[in-house]
Amino acid sequence: MPVIQMQGIVKRFASLTANNHINFDLEQGEIHALLGENGAGKTTLMRILYGLYHADEGQILVNNHPVTIRSPHDAIQNGIGMVTQHFTLVPTLTVAENLTLGQAGSFILNPLEIQRQVEKDSQRLGIPVKPAALVRHLSVGEQQRVEVLKALSRNARVLILDEPTAVLVPQEVEILFDALQRLRQEGLSVIFISHKLPEVMTICDRITVLRDGALVGTVAKSATTATELARMMVGRENFGVARQSERQPAGPLLQVEALQAQGSKGLPALRGVGFMVEAGEILGIAGVSGNGQTELGRVLAGMLRPSGGHIRVDDKNLTGAGPAELAQAGVGCILEDRHASLVDDMTVAENLVLDQLDGFSRGGMLNRARILENARKWIAEYQIKASPNDPIRQLSGGNMQKVILARNLSRTPKVVIAAQPTRGLDVGATDYVRSKLLEQRARGAAVLLISEDLDEIMALADRIAVIYEGSLMGILPAQAATVETLGLMMTGKTLESIRPTPEADHA
Amino acid sequence: MLKFKIERAPAPAWMRAIIPLLAVPVTFLLTTLFLLWADANPLQAYYHFLIAPLSSRVSAIEVLVKATPLLLTGAAVAFAFSAGYWNIGAEGQLYAGAMAGAWLGMILKGVSPLLGIPLMLLGGFTAGMLWALIPALLKVRLKVDEVVTTLLLNSVIVFLISFFLNGPWRDPISMWPQSPEIDPGTIFFKLIPRSRLHFGFIVAVAVLALEWLVLKRTAFGMRMRAVGLGKEAARFAGIKVNRTMLTAALVSGGIAGLAGVGEVAGIHFHLIESISDGLGYSGIIIATLGGLNPIGVGLAALFIGLIDTGAQTVSRAMNVPVYLGTVVQATLLLVTLGLFVLQNYRIKRG
Amino acid sequence: MEPFIIGLLAATLRVATPLILGTLGELFSERAGILNLGIEGTLFVGAFAGFAGAALTGSLWLGLLAAILFGMISGLLMALLTVRLGVNQHVSGLGLTLFWTGFSLFAFRLVFGESKVPPSIETFQTVSPFGNLPWLGPISSQHILTYFALALIPLTWWILYRTRFGLNIRAVGENPEAADAAGLNVYAIRTQALLIGGALMGMAGAFLSLAQLGAFTYGIVAGRGWVCIALIIFANWEASRVLWGALLFGGVASLQLRLQTLGLKLPYELLLSLPYIVTILALTLAGRNVSAPASLLKAYRRE
Repeated sequence: MPVIQMQGIVKRFASLTANNHINFDLEQGEIHALLGENGAGKTTLMRILYGLYHADEGQILVNNHPVTIRSPHDAIQNGIGMVTQHFTLVPTLTVAENLTLGQAGSFILNPLEIQRQVEKDSQRLGIPVKPAALVRHLSVGEQQRVEVLKALSRNARVLILDEPTAVLVPQEVEILFDALQRLRQEGLSVIFISHKLPEVMTICDRITVLRDGALVGTVAKSATTATELARMMVGRENFGVARQSERQPAGPLLQVEALQAQGSKGLPALRGVGFMVEAGEILGIAGVSGNGQTELGRVLAGMLRPSGGHIRVDDKNLTGAGPAELAQAGVGCILEDRHASLVDDMTVAENLVLDQLDGFSRGGMLNRARILENARKWIAEYQIKASPNDPIRQLSGGNMQKVILARNLSRTPKVVIAAQPTRGLDVGATDYVRSKLLEQRARGAAVLLISEDLDEIMALADRIAVIYEGSLMGILPAQAATVETLGLMMTGKTLESIRPTPEADHA
Repeated sequence: MLKFKIERAPAPAWMRAIIPLLAVPVTFLLTTLFLLWADANPLQAYYHFLIAPLSSRVSAIEVLVKATPLLLTGAAVAFAFSAGYWNIGAEGQLYAGAMAGAWLGMILKGVSPLLGIPLMLLGGFTAGMLWALIPALLKVRLKVDEVVTTLLLNSVIVFLISFFLNGPWRDPISMWPQSPEIDPGTIFFKLIPRSRLHFGFIVAVAVLALEWLVLKRTAFGMRMRAVGLGKEAARFAGIKVNRTMLTAALVSGGIAGLAGVGEVAGIHFHLIESISDGLGYSGIIIATLGGLNPIGVGLAALFIGLIDTGAQTVSRAMNVPVYLGTVVQATLLLVTLGLFVLQNYRIKRG
Repeated sequence: MEPFIIGLLAATLRVATPLILGTLGELFSERAGILNLGIEGTLFVGAFAGFAGAALTGSLWLGLLAAILFGMISGLLMALLTVRLGVNQHVSGLGLTLFWTGFSLFAFRLVFGESKVPPSIETFQTVSPFGNLPWLGPISSQHILTYFALALIPLTWWILYRTRFGLNIRAVGENPEAADAAGLNVYAIRTQALLIGGALMGMAGAFLSLAQLGAFTYGIVAGRGWVCIALIIFANWEASRVLWGALLFGGVASLQLRLQTLGLKLPYELLLSLPYIVTILALTLAGRNVSAPASLLKAYRRE
């Protein structure tokens, strides 16, 4: 008997249809994977089920009864719990307080009593937590356990997990999977959002595949193979854009040595990262999200001061330089966060000249005709669907990214840093961005591509490095890289430990 | 409980333009309640409020007199807000300018107006800037929230002035705590004989025109707006965020200081404790009503000047308490704030 | 010397009372994520409504009730603007302050006219729980509201840290997204916090007119609302520390008054500005370590 049925769900954001008439059903006591690439619409669908978004069309049935879910509160009432990728815990409260939040109960709170209650639930459900600890003092894995316990202690009969393994080390993944298997036997139904085939094949009973906001199909695990799932997910023979020729080594342009930096919580995020990128090559940095990629991108863009190490561009020391200095030295950056790269409330034309105003003004006065002309030129050349005086916030993600590319690549930088350049973009925009990066490589720029999308790295990079907990696990040529090797490195195995005689590129 | 929710959905362009204008009728509709309470005929009251002040030369000039400091404090606040610096301290910076004016008026004995007036302007601007310097430095160097520091410094300078007026600067021949009358050479000349309209009005209009030019037509202005609308994106574009914000804060303080000098040199001719009494706070209202655009700020300041004058007319003609003006101003602000939301969001029943 | 010190201590408690009430009111708002700069105006309308209510009904308690009611209306308006509509908190708060200032003065003129002699009422009687005991007796001879304010400090702590309601307030002020995901109604909780805060601010204003002055004047609040904003930083957003800040401020203010009556030549005005300067210094020294609620000043809108 299905516990959840979602029928004909449609959700639109501005120009993008994130969910296009999707049907989805969940059986009692199954682990059901929702599989698809980044941007396929998996998370959107589940946020609708949990009341964080509202569907434009379609209906939801719980135990065969139509329900209206307007808020997480309604979802909880219907026995639905969700653990999102960004944890929704209050860092200044204790674990017990976080678990009590939103629960019905006596007006007066006795801290010891709620801690005892949490301890009890924790033991009953087999999910260990520290009730009296402040959440801000917990590791990511511990926080996730608190989230799972939070959902279950509210008598959730349906648990949605959004990419739960993205932030976990392998041992923690194992603990999570054991717990899920056990809970399933006790009658819990689980929706498991993922884009990783192996874990889906390990843990799930049925698999629903989404692609570009549309339903591809639902299959039982016993009736499918990883290869078939991959074909359903991608739907194309290969990526539209991939590296064609092999490169000619042409000397290092970007050199990074023993780079250290602190993350937003003051903890070390980069612990001595070193690599170099040569002219005319793409170096890919792969890794599970949250292993220092964000900080690496920000340090190289001059947005975050390194706490140690050196950055050299074309033999010029640029350690600790700001964005203006780096741009001067020939570094072009694409930041991970598009909204932090452009001023949303300023126009396309203004954003296109914001970093080079001295070239568009005389005696401090703006040359408005030239600014407009400049915008027209880049809009035409990068096929940006906007007019010069449109505010950035009206643009789609793909067009925003094109504005960023136009501004940063128009100065033909020697070094290009691209952090998650295609995240959340549709297929067309993704291909466009990738082709632009290859164009930079072809004209002899050194390109550093930081991406959590392994397929993207394997399609574009000449050499691949893997980052894990702020250190590189090794660098290897793309020809020698297999998904298995990279997968092991992404869980913290160094290249040397995998292959006693490494073919690693020590250059 | 009110059951509605808000969704991001930009209103069509024609509606965006109309929404702020809607605020005026809505405000007057709401404040009708107050007029009925005061037993006044609302239509008659609105006539006295909005039309009567403009129908006679004397009171029309008085609207401009009232608007003079408001143009400047509005310009001051709009400048800082444009760069994302929440200067709540125009009130204090105005007092600082007034102090400088009173001091220069005391020490520049027998000065020629050709030298005296420029010195007054310079002194007022500098004093306002200095009073704005501390919170601005704390903001950019130590990330101390400027809202609270600028707000608290408003209280501090009132005590400081009170100290000077009861002590070293006290005019011995006056019954009230006030400074001696400033030197004739430092007094702002009248624009129209036998009126109170003084040179400060020209200064105010010039400042607003200059501000428009800077914000809309210069590279620095574009950098400022970028910092105000998106600090991270501005930094990414290589803009020196802290230096830009600091400059905006200091210039803002300076402009507010000019308002203070104008009140001393054009209206009161000495420093008194209540020389501002909220002009700096009105600047926040005006900057908001004007959408931080210097042209809008100018119109808003004139409108608030009209309301201030109109409130006095209504009070005289119909015996409605003069504080109706304050109520109307505040209601106009709150209604406008609410309506601004409609420009970018749609309210749905939820 | 003894009467001087006793008088000073008693006055300190008296001056501190409205500050404690107002600061605790602001504490509820800020812990829920709303900086309520409407406090200055809310104190003012509280003072007016308290006075008018008492003068018209002849009952001080009904006056107090009226002040609380108007305080809550003020909180509700702030909630409508900043919680429901998500309008900028500074500007909304300052706008409300202006509104209540104008409203109170307007209404005062309408109700009491423009007489030469300002109307006045009998103030609340003081209570003396320790009778005529030396020291303790005269110092403890205070208004009921003073005792209420003192009791409210541990009560506020208890509500914030030992009740589900307080937990909800802390959660929406710190991480409204998390609170929402936990099924809490962020808007409702923030609104409730503003209502409680407004009630306390109204009470603080009423203390000025009903207990301290027995009249309503233009300068009755004189920046006490801004003092409360300062005290909350001084107290690092903890109820327990509100007492010390309020006593320090009350002490300085009473001391300068007493010294002034003694005819001592001191820069009293500069003395009065000290607490503000100390607050700015405290903010500076604490720098980034101040534990302001993480979502203070941020409107919450669900995507």
